[in-house]
Amino acid sequence: MRIQFVQTVRCGALLALILAGCATKPYDYTNFRAHPPRSILVLPPLNESTDIGGTYGYLSTVTQPVAEMGYYVFPVAVVDHFCKENGMPGAGEMHQAPLDKIREIIGADAVLYITLKQYGTKYQVINSATTVLAEAKLVDTRTGTLLWAGTLLAQDNSGGAGNIFGDLIVAVVTQAINKSTDHAHNVSRMANTQFAVKDHGLLPGPYHPKHGSD
Amino acid sequence: MLRTGALLTLLALLAGCATPTMYSWGRYEDVVYAMYAAPDKMPPARQVELLEEDFQKARSKNRPVPPGWHAHLGYLYYQLGKADQARQEFQTEKAQFPESGVFMDRLLGNLASK
Repeated sequence: MRIQFVQTVRCGALLALILAGCATKPYDYTNFRAHPPRSILVLPPLNESTDIGGTYGYLSTVTQPVAEMGYYVFPVAVVDHFCKENGMPGAGEMHQAPLDKIREIIGADAVLYITLKQYGTKYQVINSATTVLAEAKLVDTRTGTLLWAGTLLAQDNSGGAGNIFGDLIVAVVTQAINKSTDHAHNVSRMANTQFAVKDHGLLPGPYHPKHGSD
Repeated sequence: MLRTGALLTLLALLAGCATPTMYSWGRYEDVVYAMYAAPDKMPPARQVELLEEDFQKARSKNRPVPPGWHAHLGYLYYQLGKADQARQEFQTEKAQFPESGVFMDRLLGNLASK
């Protein structure tokens, strides 16, 4: 049983960051260590939220945190196009693709399956709450073994405008996109910092300076 | 709980944009986001322009571009009908990250058969 707790902090933007808390036991990395991947295929997330933009708003935030943990991450948009050209029109079909085919055709050691449980902003009287909640599973393509699973969650109660993440990270792109469109995309980046949390996130991969040290 | 909150904020900042990254990310993920969220404003030619600019910046600082970057650029060149440039980018991806070999060979094979 894993316990999570929520803490809201006002700091420029109001952030709520949820970790698989300090009080909980470290993740059991036995399978991860037995089948250490070099390369990870990130498939477009299954979207169980009410926002149709969730799949790609989230997909475009996963490469950096996973690659910075030391893994080769296949180009997410190229893979998406490639799958679509090969008879898999959506995330649902892609998540059903047999692992041996993924291994043969793309050469991935592991697949990261993400399901978006919540993605979007709820507007209230004086502020708004943007929540991203995703469940992630990393599966070995040789054996089908579950290597890692985690819950990624972040919440921003600031209301969107003027938030530090929007300004810093998507400064260029927001010139091309209506600023108010998709704050959940920015909050997804916060959720994804949890890939790097020691004892709960991914183990450092082959390109990471700490690879093999723990 | 307040101290825990401060710690979590710190963790978030450390794990986020405040940490020096292994790779020079430039606008790679922003481009990927925009190509889906606003495809009319981020066509392949515009993506190429932004990514090539970022590549010059990365190179001037002698920093590597991230996994998938050259493959994405190659795919854009393929979409623009520039097969030679596409081929070069797929080969660069494979050289930088041998893990991409199976997939890059497949894309290179598709290019050759066009």
